[in-house]
Amino acid sequence: MRLRDKRFLAGLALLLIFIIALVFPAIAPDSSTTNMGVFTLMYVGLATAWNIMGGYTGYISLGHAGFFGFGSYALGLLLAKLGIQGGYTPFLFVPLAGILTALLAVVVGWFALRTRAATFVIVTIAFMFILQLLAENLVGLTGGGAGLGFPSPPWRGAFYNIPFYYAMLVLALLGLGVSWWIRRSKFGLGLLAIRDDEDKALAVGVPAGAFKLTAFVVSAALVGMIGGVYGYYVTFIYPQFVVDPLIGISMVLMVFLGGLGTLGGPVLGALILEPAQLWLAYQYGASRLYLVFYASIFLLVILLMPRGIIPSVRDLLTRWRARAGGSNGAPGAMREPPAAAQEGAAP
Amino acid sequence: MSLLEIDHLSKRFGGVVAVDDCSLSVPAGSITGLIGPNGSGKTTIFNLVTGFIARDQGGIRFKSQSIAGLGPDRVFDRGIGRTFQLARIFPRLTALENLLVPVRRSGLRALFSRAAWGSEKARAMEMLEFLEIAHVAGALGGSLSYGQRKLLELGAVMMSEPELVLLDEPAGGVNPALLERIADRLTRLNARGTTFLIVEHNMGFVMKLCSEVIVVHRGRQIANGNPEAVRTDPAVLDAYLGA
Repeated sequence: MRLRDKRFLAGLALLLIFIIALVFPAIAPDSSTTNMGVFTLMYVGLATAWNIMGGYTGYISLGHAGFFGFGSYALGLLLAKLGIQGGYTPFLFVPLAGILTALLAVVVGWFALRTRAATFVIVTIAFMFILQLLAENLVGLTGGGAGLGFPSPPWRGAFYNIPFYYAMLVLALLGLGVSWWIRRSKFGLGLLAIRDDEDKALAVGVPAGAFKLTAFVVSAALVGMIGGVYGYYVTFIYPQFVVDPLIGISMVLMVFLGGLGTLGGPVLGALILEPAQLWLAYQYGASRLYLVFYASIFLLVILLMPRGIIPSVRDLLTRWRARAGGSNGAPGAMREPPAAAQEGAAP
Repeated sequence: MSLLEIDHLSKRFGGVVAVDDCSLSVPAGSITGLIGPNGSGKTTIFNLVTGFIARDQGGIRFKSQSIAGLGPDRVFDRGIGRTFQLARIFPRLTALENLLVPVRRSGLRALFSRAAWGSEKARAMEMLEFLEIAHVAGALGGSLSYGQRKLLELGAVMMSEPELVLLDEPAGGVNPALLERIADRLTRLNARGTTFLIVEHNMGFVMKLCSEVIVVHRGRQIANGNPEAVRTDPAVLDAYLGA
């Protein structure tokens, strides 16, 4: 199949998925299904945002739940301080929550990115727990364990979920757009180079510190905005539920399942895991059986598909093609040059 | 005229003196060999020049401007490229992508705009053809042979058109045919104006290729001059064969 045909088919598939996502509430309007849609899109956005840092640079952050919670509290406090009422207006403040989260990420990243590998992972976890403790103890600001309330959305019945569904869809699309833009830029190539060999990347002029910090901040800002919408959706937030390690682990697991460092991997991972997790939660209530399911999936992925579904399937197809063509090329050894590298200047 | 000047440079690792008050200079337009017995401080000098490790004292000037204290990416931006003792490429990027990674004097627009890649891609393909590895343009770096990696690493450095390239054992682990090709490409690149400083143990390669040779021993320069003069220098013979 020629590259142009492949691109056309991929574009067609994306258009189809977009149309389905757009009309989904009309196809399945009941509350429980649209609720599942809201959470699935939330994780599509979260996993995509996490992948910009973790997937492209190889710096595994387990503390992104901290940014999720911070974005949530930032929006809640903004709305409370400004006296904003429920309705569509709170959505207009979501970018502001993203900017505030980005500012926090600059500070956190400034320190955390001085470390590498396992130390970075530990620093991000520590950051998340510090934030959780602050949310619990700064009672005057956050309400502490009593929680922080958002303005009540005025919508009732089956329509309640719809504005949140579309808000999450917009943020998921924004995340995907940013991720796609980064992946096809020289900046994105620099991030992938850092992932492969940071010292070598420095030796060929990649300003690794600035690149990593930029990716970290962009990733955190997107997560913060999604956290803001989540807070407004659930209307009341508590430290242990918005700065929840499980939220951070879920993002990571979804990316690992779908394909680390790929554009579609986080989407695929979220589309598989989040509905499954919600279904298990509906079926088995508060038994937290889904955690056993998560752990099992994680073990299976690490053992059978350490690179995730998309790269593994790509390798399999390459092997089949090589066999069909009588070639003995090693799987994964050949890859089409990146889109940007294949074409001439396209202003 | 000297392109690179190292002035009383020193570096200690705990109690070990790796570079000891070393001074040397690399003439512009030359292919200069940097030789010495194992552990004499050659790679440490490379790491100090390229900003991978911080000096204890001394000066490093490139084109008469101090580059001491600059990080590796800033040194590269000034016009000094380097390769490593064991060829280092990006294994999960294609050969073509490997050549597109280097960043030098890129503005924000160049970093984020796809348009800027057009001319770079054409140059990268030219470079792959020049190195005779264009047939692996779409192959992942990790799947290439060691020789192809050596060439790819050189190509990646040359993509940014540096004035000075530090090559750490370019002949290490490569077969004689490839060695000939590497020597030929270095000579051609030198003729286009690139200055090379080469750390190498293969004396045949050094003597054939280099117009100048600097010998270091125990972190100090002990001799320099043309290959013939260095070969017969008593201090050099003593360093390699004596004590």
